[in-house]
Amino acid sequence: MPTTRQIRFVLKPLVFAACLAPLGFIALRIAGIGPSLGPNPVEVLQDEFGEWALRLLLATLAVTPLRLALGKPWPLRFRRMLGLFAFTYAFLHFSNYLVLDQEFDWPVILEDILDRPFITVGFSALLILLPLAVTSTQGWQRRLGAGWGSLHRLIYLAAILVCWHFWWQVKKDVTEPAIYAGILALLLGIRLWRGVKQRRRRKLAAATAVASDAQSRL
Amino acid sequence: MIIRQATDIRPSEITPEEVFRGRRQFLRQAGVAGVGLLASTGCAADEESGGNPTDLRKLDVASGSVYSTDAEPNSMEDIMSYCNFYEFGLDKRDPAKLSGDFKPRPWSVTVDGEAEVTGTFDLDDLIAPHPIEERVYRLRCVEAWSMVVPWNGIALGDVLKRFKPTSKAKYVAFETVVRPEEMPGQRRGVLDFPYVEGLTIAEAMHPLTILSVGVYGVTLPNQNGAPIRLVVPWKYGFKSIKSIVRISFTETEPPTTWNLAAPREYGFYANVNPEVDHPRWSQASERRVGTGFFGDRQPTVSFNGYGEQVASLYDGLDLRKNF
Repeated sequence: MPTTRQIRFVLKPLVFAACLAPLGFIALRIAGIGPSLGPNPVEVLQDEFGEWALRLLLATLAVTPLRLALGKPWPLRFRRMLGLFAFTYAFLHFSNYLVLDQEFDWPVILEDILDRPFITVGFSALLILLPLAVTSTQGWQRRLGAGWGSLHRLIYLAAILVCWHFWWQVKKDVTEPAIYAGILALLLGIRLWRGVKQRRRRKLAAATAVASDAQSRL
Repeated sequence: MIIRQATDIRPSEITPEEVFRGRRQFLRQAGVAGVGLLASTGCAADEESGGNPTDLRKLDVASGSVYSTDAEPNSMEDIMSYCNFYEFGLDKRDPAKLSGDFKPRPWSVTVDGEAEVTGTFDLDDLIAPHPIEERVYRLRCVEAWSMVVPWNGIALGDVLKRFKPTSKAKYVAFETVVRPEEMPGQRRGVLDFPYVEGLTIAEAMHPLTILSVGVYGVTLPNQNGAPIRLVVPWKYGFKSIKSIVRISFTETEPPTTWNLAAPREYGFYANVNPEVDHPRWSQASERRVGTGFFGDRQPTVSFNGYGEQVASLYDGLDLRKNF
């Protein structure tokens, strides 16, 4: 298990750099270094930002299963960073659409968001992620108390919407979105399975308590 | 860039520079992708496949067609690196990267169906009687992007007349070659191959409709549909079927690949129409690719701007229903 110092001074900077790398790589390509962005750079940015948002969202959701598998709490220390990077890429994805793709054509953007289901779904996911990003600080965590956990469980819904958004956008071959959806199903399935198990254990414990209570009264 | 009207510069004189640029792009991409494509097939330049960017042949082309647009054409590099050709892969960079094994020559085309003259013809014999013209056309993809391409081709109608279609020939159907061993996308089976397309006989006979055998004064690169493809500039790009091996005159409307794959999204006609949106995205505007990051979105025009010439083909037809 890494020490607190190792996490803070080695692992966290490494994960931070890794999360920033795709953006850095795209910036280099825009500057003309590395593989060309091709004749339709706006489309490349749109796809790259979107896919990295989804990948990092799944990474965020992988923290809890990893923590459970290891039986150690330290993976939790990376969750906020991963989540904020997921939001950053989602925001870049949307900004690219708004600025470079649609060039601030508000009527068209509004029509897209309201009438095109795959855009409605993607935009909803962004709207859900926004308050989660804002309330990700320790200050907000304290202020919201027990409500913080409930609020942040909305990430499950956001991740489902993001997968759906990707699936719907594809013209024909859904292999790639299906892989992401499969990973998401696994990550959510682990939680569901654990929830059911815990509830059963709690019920069993309650039943045992009632039984022993009844016995002691006899 | 190429200025079409400049009579002192023939497109064929400019081409080597374009091809040269294209070859560098191809080699760079092949190198970056790290695929052992060149290594495994021997050097691309040694291949006699004819459709690799390194061994395109010059064509004798007449320029100055009245059907050409004045718009600035996309570069050869744009045209060769940004292609939808699912036979070679789904990504638009795939056709450039994965079409190196394809051999567009020798090539023959079978003509059958409701015509007096039918049979299988060598490509050169099929093309020979017709002058190759330059046609600078707008190309509008159903995915809401567009390009301007200086095609080199022959009028489809002139070719079809040689086969003396009968009065029963109401439609013309086209079929793409099936060669999974040379076309990696066909091994994945995303679409039902062979790719098939069709036109009404009136659409096929329209002077705007061409069989393209080249671009920028050289034979077609593999990724652009070598050695012969259809170009119907007022329809979405997927109608312009590539690497054609069969042309059939039919009495009934022939099946078309994208319509079979998603009938709600792609119709038989597929005329460019800003008023009929794709169920999932708007067709009101398009991105003109190859111009960078800013200001490349423009309104889409009905029939891709060719309405004056072709709108009358659809008199009395509800274009909302027949999308």
